[in-house]
Amino acid sequence: MAEEILRLEGVRKSYGVGTPVETEVLHGIDLSLEAGEFAALIGPSGSGKSTLLHTVGLLERPSAGSIAIQGRDIGRLDETAITELRGRTLGFVFQFHYLIPAFSALENVLMPQLIDKGYRDREMERRAATLLDAVGLAAAADKKPSELSGGMQQRVAIARALAMHPPMVLADEPTGNLDTHTADDVFALLRQFNREQHTAFLIVTHDPRLAARCDRRIELVDGRIVSDTPTPSSSPEVTSL
Amino acid sequence: MPFELIVALRFLREGRMQSILIIVGVTVGVAVIIFITALITGLQGNIITRTLGTQAHIVVRPPDEVNRPVLRREDADIAARIEKRAQRLRSIDQWQSVFELVEHAPGVVAASPTVAGAAFASRGNANKSVALLGVDPVRYLRIVKVHESIAAGEFRVAGTDAVIGIELASDLGVNVGDKLRLTTAEGGNDIVTIAGIFDLGNKEVNRRWVFVTLKMAQNLLDLAGGVTNIDLAVKEIFSAETVAGTLSLQTGLLVESWMQTNAQLLAALRNQTITTVIIRIFVILIVALGIASVLVVSVVQKSREIGILRAMGTSSRKVMTVFLLQGAIVGFLGSLLGSLLAGALLIAFPRIFRDAGGFPFFEPDVNVWLFVTAMLVAVLTGIIAAATPARRAAHMDPVSAIRYG
Repeated sequence: MAEEILRLEGVRKSYGVGTPVETEVLHGIDLSLEAGEFAALIGPSGSGKSTLLHTVGLLERPSAGSIAIQGRDIGRLDETAITELRGRTLGFVFQFHYLIPAFSALENVLMPQLIDKGYRDREMERRAATLLDAVGLAAAADKKPSELSGGMQQRVAIARALAMHPPMVLADEPTGNLDTHTADDVFALLRQFNREQHTAFLIVTHDPRLAARCDRRIELVDGRIVSDTPTPSSSPEVTSL
Repeated sequence: MPFELIVALRFLREGRMQSILIIVGVTVGVAVIIFITALITGLQGNIITRTLGTQAHIVVRPPDEVNRPVLRREDADIAARIEKRAQRLRSIDQWQSVFELVEHAPGVVAASPTVAGAAFASRGNANKSVALLGVDPVRYLRIVKVHESIAAGEFRVAGTDAVIGIELASDLGVNVGDKLRLTTAEGGNDIVTIAGIFDLGNKEVNRRWVFVTLKMAQNLLDLAGGVTNIDLAVKEIFSAETVAGTLSLQTGLLVESWMQTNAQLLAALRNQTITTVIIRIFVILIVALGIASVLVVSVVQKSREIGILRAMGTSSRKVMTVFLLQGAIVGFLGSLLGSLLAGALLIAFPRIFRDAGGFPFFEPDVNVWLFVTAMLVAVLTGIIAAATPARRAAHMDPVSAIRYG
């Protein structure tokens, strides 16, 4: 059995706690993800997909329940430890790329390593260059994000998400504002890293076409998981899981 | 280069126009502070030097003579009007021993016995009232450097040689080598030869002072063997008041420092200093507000970047450091440029503003510490000004930054 990298038990998330407008967005989520899984998180708008992703991404603390990443219960960690854990074990890809405009493509890709290590060195430059090459943007290394197309920016963001060799990457509508052709390319890239590096992906998407190409579909409605099924048409090596 | 510095520099470079404007702001602020401080310090130093150019730091005099009424009864008041006595010219009692004491008092670097009194200088029909100063030239020149302000001849006070001021010389129409008659109310009468003419830059002094030997002044003023005052120079000019106080207690004589004599001037200088301090504080405040406002805007503009940096594992402490560093860098660059600007102004100033004679009014007081202090203050101001925006950036919720950008 593959290593479990994520386990959520009874996770609830409320906003405006203690105020008259207190609303619970997640009502007790149980979920686990294993190394190398390629899962889609689907559901209508306002179902809590992004909140769940941010909670899994340790950007928000759950109001109740427990989250364990690679067996470590994050409820016991302080802010500094969580920040460090996030930097080392999680990669993020957001809908609007969110590259840092002041830095070149290469610098954006090496940013997570730079944050982790505190200063820049040759080794991280090499790794960043390799990753850029892997997403097919070796030639754009010195370009600023504003000089890149949307698809290119998203590919840089994917390279960046993988910079620290994270066991899990969280993607929020990674193809949300790309045309279908570019979206296919980007999606293929995610799939490629999943296969080659055995990185687990949890992808929030609206696009049923893309969800169908994931190994597993987790459907969220009104803050509850209503279905969690392997995709029938997925590739043989994943169905064997 | 550490991560925080890389990001801080890059953020500043990205917001180019804002960064340039605020650095220019700091530059001007620092330049104003350095320039005004150097100028005022130089000006005040110059005023004090000029004031002390014709004055001893401390003057020791005999105490005022007072009447001691003998009528006094325990059980009744006696109506008696006691008139103040006229102060006649007299010597310090046993001045040699007093001189010995004050010359070696701590803080005193030079002492000179002087006989001073009123006299008339006449030549032909011209007759001028003058202040006669009998001095021991070697000692006196250590107190007031008359020999550095000689317009003609030399400062030679010996025998019947005398040194007079340039105004008196022109009033009487005399020159070096000419003779002059000195008479006093005490009945003294002598003829002196003018050995030198001084110009101490003060008309009153140039018109009235006549230097003769101690002996001649004693004879003319009928003070055989006596001196009317002892002039002192101290090492630290602003310690004159304390030294004078001590000497007054030790000798029981009237001891007056230049600070007492020029109390008005010192009060004016103090007010000027306070004014410059206030100006400096306001300039620092304006610079700080400028830096803070630019960084506050920058934090808002960069909220997405801050969010993404936090998501990638940047601690809130590091985010805070990034913004504090921006404040420090702006302060540092601004102070560097400001120092250069102030330096240029300070070099140009004495060349542009000259007095009638073509000489600079005064030299601004330029010293390295002024620049170092100004730079430190600017960097510190930058950091303090950045504190609020930096804290805001550090406490920014990454999720809302990412969601709503």
